[in-house]
Amino acid sequence: MSGPVTDPRALSRVVPVDRARLVAYANASGDQNPIHQDAGVARSVGLPDVIAHGMWTMGAALDVVTAYVGGDPGRVLSCTTRFTGMVVVPEGAVVELHVEGVVKKTDEVAGTQTIEVTASCGGEKVLGRCQAVVRA
Amino acid sequence: MPVNPDYAGREYPPAGPFRVTREEIAAFADALGSTSAAHRDAGAAQQLGYADVVAPPTFAVRLAQQCEAQVVRDPGAGIDFARVVHGEEAFTHHRPIVAGDVLTGVLHVDRIREAGGHGMVSTRVELTDADGAPVTTVTSTIVVRGEGS
Repeated sequence: MSGPVTDPRALSRVVPVDRARLVAYANASGDQNPIHQDAGVARSVGLPDVIAHGMWTMGAALDVVTAYVGGDPGRVLSCTTRFTGMVVVPEGAVVELHVEGVVKKTDEVAGTQTIEVTASCGGEKVLGRCQAVVRA
Repeated sequence: MPVNPDYAGREYPPAGPFRVTREEIAAFADALGSTSAAHRDAGAAQQLGYADVVAPPTFAVRLAQQCEAQVVRDPGAGIDFARVVHGEEAFTHHRPIVAGDVLTGVLHVDRIREAGGHGMVSTRVELTDADGAPVTTVTSTIVVRGEGS
């Protein structure tokens, strides 16, 4: 199913997001909550503007982990995160999500590694305790 | 209206079946900006040993949220969706999701608690394949903001 290949260079990436990408994610995920598409609705519930789905941010961030294990999604055994910040996406803007992964732990017996992923936007961390366990 | 603590421990009837398609997987990967060819190219996935294209690690949320809707929309649960924010999410993959899978999800309400005037609802969705074998466990915690916030 997999080789032992890992690519540490893949653990760093910038993922762009704009309103069109959020509409695409809403359609792909089925989460049509208007706070992710409509600034009026977002502001009416106290948000600064349209925000990305937390699950978009998690999914976009975790792709560095899939890339790290040679692009084999089946080697990503588990992943977890807390949602601690917001990715605000103004109309007409392209916002950059900066993603960095670090190998935190290697379990030689199990043949796994734990990757800690940091995702930030405008210098602010938007995910907390985001980790994935991979078959290394 | 606060979240109803009596819903803790509740299990809902199976939801689905959800038939996973190549197009769904590719659209999900594209929206995330995912780079792996295995999400889009059946040949690339087969080279890795899979029958067809493979879903990204968080794809199961698409199915899990349809299962979770059973409690979120249940009037007796007391969850005001307009006040819901996402707290935590986790996926355990017993095997990867592949195009062609026909999956069923069973929703469990694992825990309901109050913290700082907010309601916290922790759910678990167990996704199984057509043979009944486990595929993915999705756990989620939503926070229902209290009236004062």
